[in-house]
Amino acid sequence: MTHRIVILGGGTGGTLLANRLARRFGEEAQITVIDRDDSHIYQPGLLFVPFGLAEPGEIVRPRHAQLRSGIDFRLAEVENVDLAENAVHLVDGPDIPYDVLVIATGATLQPQETEGLEGPEWGRSIHTFYSLQGATALRPALDDFDGGRLVVNVIDMPIKCPVAPLEFCFLADWQLRERGLRDDVELTFVTPLDGAFTKPVASAHLDALLREKDIGVEAEFATGRVDASAKRLHSWDEREIPYDLLVTVPVHGGPEYIARSEGLGDALGFVPADRHTLQAKAAPNIFAIGDAADVPISKAGSVTHFEGETVAENIQRFLAGHELTGHYDGHANCFIETGFHKALLIDFDYETEPLPGRYPQPHLGPLPLLAESRLNHLAKLAFQPLYWHVLLPGHDIPGVGASLHPGAAQAAPQTSGGTQ
Amino acid sequence: MTTITLAGSPIEVDAEGFLLDAQQWNAQIAEEIARENAIEQLTDRHWQVVNFMRDTYLETGSAPSIRSLGKTSGVPIKELYELFPKGPAKLAAKIGGIPKPRGCI
Repeated sequence: MTHRIVILGGGTGGTLLANRLARRFGEEAQITVIDRDDSHIYQPGLLFVPFGLAEPGEIVRPRHAQLRSGIDFRLAEVENVDLAENAVHLVDGPDIPYDVLVIATGATLQPQETEGLEGPEWGRSIHTFYSLQGATALRPALDDFDGGRLVVNVIDMPIKCPVAPLEFCFLADWQLRERGLRDDVELTFVTPLDGAFTKPVASAHLDALLREKDIGVEAEFATGRVDASAKRLHSWDEREIPYDLLVTVPVHGGPEYIARSEGLGDALGFVPADRHTLQAKAAPNIFAIGDAADVPISKAGSVTHFEGETVAENIQRFLAGHELTGHYDGHANCFIETGFHKALLIDFDYETEPLPGRYPQPHLGPLPLLAESRLNHLAKLAFQPLYWHVLLPGHDIPGVGASLHPGAAQAAPQTSGGTQ
Repeated sequence: MTTITLAGSPIEVDAEGFLLDAQQWNAQIAEEIARENAIEQLTDRHWQVVNFMRDTYLETGSAPSIRSLGKTSGVPIKELYELFPKGPAKLAAKIGGIPKPRGCI
């Protein structure tokens, strides 16, 4: 019997999973990927667009072209998922029944959730780089900015790639120094967290880096509203921060169809899932991958990539009537651009927070963890081709294991290549 | 980890004063932690939030973030900040005897 596997979302998770499943099942499964559009954005590239370090056209490719032949790609808007019927209802089109459903629709930006954010100043003095349109509009705004208060603001967690707003600060600092304007700009990072990052050791390192670059930090600032005409951020506890140019990261939530699918998602529209198997708590034949899943780890591409192997294995096991054994351990890693052609790298999982040390990477050599280096920056640049040609097709990246072995990551470099 | 005395019993807490064992908690402990954090009297509204936090944690293993609280606890965010100044999710978790919310990851 042919298994019907339906994947909602043709982004990082949906694409790499569809390709992995197609290889595993061959003719034994009909795999359908549904998305509302055919533009796959290389999201790590968004950070570079406002600074002219990447062109919008360079980071977008058609979704369908990233899928192996035999995978059915459909352009459609999902109305809801009917858990009792095991079917996806489309806004316009016939129902799509499934044996296994995967939620891979990521996180959406919800600026409308914050009073005062959207309005006449949106795209003028208020920007975001978390969408292609936003990142593109921010470039001329940054070019025109020649002094005053530049505020980079995270409204609330969780957000995609929690280090990206910091990277934005570092790159803005670099660009302003190159333009000879740094002394005329007060650059401030405003976060609801109690420090630069979510994990204490990395947070301390990044806090120090911010201080070194003279970037102010307003911590534990929970943005309640924005007074766009007076150009001020207001926190729920009545603090105020003035700005001339605001670069904000709007709150994130799941797409609307999740709220319309009874029993599937939580209050924010994310899908509660077992943190090791990625099986949705809503139903045994539903899995969640990537940003859509509510599991206690960063919403990041590396997480999605490492989850892929577990989800593919577990779908196969589920369909065969076996117990789920694939165990995702919360492995995440990210390069953090710090400007001046340098970057640092962090590597962590559910249990191990990012620590200094060396990351065994067999091609570029061991990469320094939690320390700035030119090599890490080169590795970050080298990643985009790997994304399109290795990660999305559903292959492992050589030397980068799905599981974090704390011993290997922190130990001496002689463990190079030992993480497969 | 340190052991402190709350409502007459030895209670294990972390460096920030969050209970390490949610089972050691009771209403007197909640009131005592509240007073230490400048909340003189826990009203019904406070209890609504504290109980909601605690029930959610015991049921799901993680405490809700402020935004989830605002959407699901029946108490709007503005009021949460009036009830629990500074950090409502953190303070309500501390009073409710559950670990510091890790909503931020």
